[in-house]
Amino acid sequence: MTYSLFSLAREALRGHTGWKPAWRDAAPKPDYDVLIVGGGGHGLATAYYLAKEHGITNVAVLEKSYIGSGNAGRNTTIIRSNYLLPGNERFYEKSMQLWEGLEQDLNYNAMVSQRGVLNLFHSDAQRDQYARRGNSMRLHGVDAELLDAEQVRAMYPFLDFANARFPIRGGLLQRRGGTARHDAVAWGFARGADRRGVDIVQNCEVTGIGVTNGRVTGVQTSRGPILAKKIGLVCAGNSSRVAAMAGLRLPIESHVLQAFVSEGIKPLIDGVVTFGAGHFYVSQSDKGGLVFGGDIDGYNSYAQRGSLPVVEDVMEGGMALMPMIGRLRVLRQWGGIMDMSMDGSPIIDRTPIEGLYLNAGWCYGGFKATPGSGWCFAHTIAKDEAHFVNSAYRLDRFATGALLDERGAGATPNLH
Amino acid sequence: MRIACPHCGERGSEEFSFLGAAGLARPAPDAPADAWHEYVYQRDNPAGSYSELWHHLSGCRRWLVVTRDTRTHAIASVVDA
Ligand SMILES: Cc1cc2nc3c(=O)[nH]c(=O)nc-3n(C[C@H](O)[C@H](O)[C@H](O)COP(=O)(O)OP(=O)(O)OC[C@H]3O[C@@H](n4cnc5c(N)ncnc54)[C@H](O)[C@@H]3O)c2cc1C
Ligand SMILES: [Zn+2]
Repeated sequence: MTYSLFSLAREALRGHTGWKPAWRDAAPKPDYDVLIVGGGGHGLATAYYLAKEHGITNVAVLEKSYIGSGNAGRNTTIIRSNYLLPGNERFYEKSMQLWEGLEQDLNYNAMVSQRGVLNLFHSDAQRDQYARRGNSMRLHGVDAELLDAEQVRAMYPFLDFANARFPIRGGLLQRRGGTARHDAVAWGFARGADRRGVDIVQNCEVTGIGVTNGRVTGVQTSRGPILAKKIGLVCAGNSSRVAAMAGLRLPIESHVLQAFVSEGIKPLIDGVVTFGAGHFYVSQSDKGGLVFGGDIDGYNSYAQRGSLPVVEDVMEGGMALMPMIGRLRVLRQWGGIMDMSMDGSPIIDRTPIEGLYLNAGWCYGGFKATPGSGWCFAHTIAKDEAHFVNSAYRLDRFATGALLDERGAGATPNLH
Repeated sequence: MRIACPHCGERGSEEFSFLGAAGLARPAPDAPADAWHEYVYQRDNPAGSYSELWHHLSGCRRWLVVTRDTRTHAIASVVDA
């Protein structure tokens, strides 16, 4: 069923009794051309673009729980393309362009809202660094504006501009950045893939990967064995565990990242604001809650829950940036497992095993990548080679030295 | 999370800093590039028992090997590195 003003009117007249499920809850078939392991945003987007761009429709997405139960449904929904390094910027800008046409393409309301992402700076040195990143963005044809303190004050007068330690000197603004509705992104891609013939198989955990003579043959799952010619692994925080089933070790550690939402209040923050002196960022959901977060907890974890020192650290960041936040009550807090790579950048590539492809290493920033990641991974799987857009995201860059380390932190996943 | 330092007793994890996997064997300086790639970049990253290096930075400043379950954060042992 196509969603339109007409279908809405028709359903309104008949008491909304005619809506159909947006996708089939499929049972697995014995064999597929392509299996996608992981039904998060990236896995579903990959299946969608395999069908749409490459006409490959004998595809199943295997998800161990329900789709969007991982990081796709746990993130703080920020989308942006404000990177410094060319290998990153061209990819995130491709993703941003896909966001801009996504809802028409999917015929689904993903609530993409280009409300602007503002990165604050607090010293002359930091201004220089942000100016450099802004210039790099503009060289890629991406929008970036350097604001002074007065321009920031006009947007957000309630910030603590005169903070004794971290006065606000200005910010780097990407107006095309913003937020999207995370669940709706997963659902929209699921529906789009399903309509093109892809099977979305939930409650189907992959427990083994078959490899014969250096080539994949299929997978073992909690719902029986499934044969496949090609297999794409898109398991975010569980990437190392799933890759190990094929005997691969990855340059990845799994770490927990927390997020918070406050009680709902009247409209206060109409964009996304990030504090540059500590790690804190905030936006406001359409329901009125402030959505905010900060650093990862900093040690390996698969627990999907964080610890109190980081809660304190995030709250301190919030108080330093906008003291009024201290009057609000936190409604909910949760955690998700991040696939932290050794240089802070992702991997979208083939693997040494024929027919096995890897999409991983998204760290805390893979939601904005969802359409671009699916688009590039579909290309890589269909054509057996990377597209130019993801050509820097090679798995062997850790061996060759062609790293993409935005932060210059080295092989320390918890510092990226 | 609280870590029982063998020298200082049980302390909040915020007193410590985390480095990563313990027991990685540093290759010889002239070892092949493959060995260095494994050592610097590749990790087991298990869901379960993991031995890792923590530094008691705001305490006795000793390096410790903490064996911890990454699914529950329960700590099985803490010894000097
Ligand atoms: C608190 C938090 C805040 C974040 N904020 C942002 C943000 O503001 N902006 C941004 O860009 N990014 C953000 N991120 C990061 C972003 O959410 C992730 O990088 C991205 O969602 C990862 O891709 P995914 O959606 O495919 O992952 P997931 O949704 O985690 O998908 C992976 C799926 O694989 C499944 N799986 C795992 N093992 C198996 C198996 N053996 N068999 C079958 N299925 C399996 C899992 O169940 C899961 O559904 C945030 C993350 C968190 C946790
Ligand atoms: Zn100590």
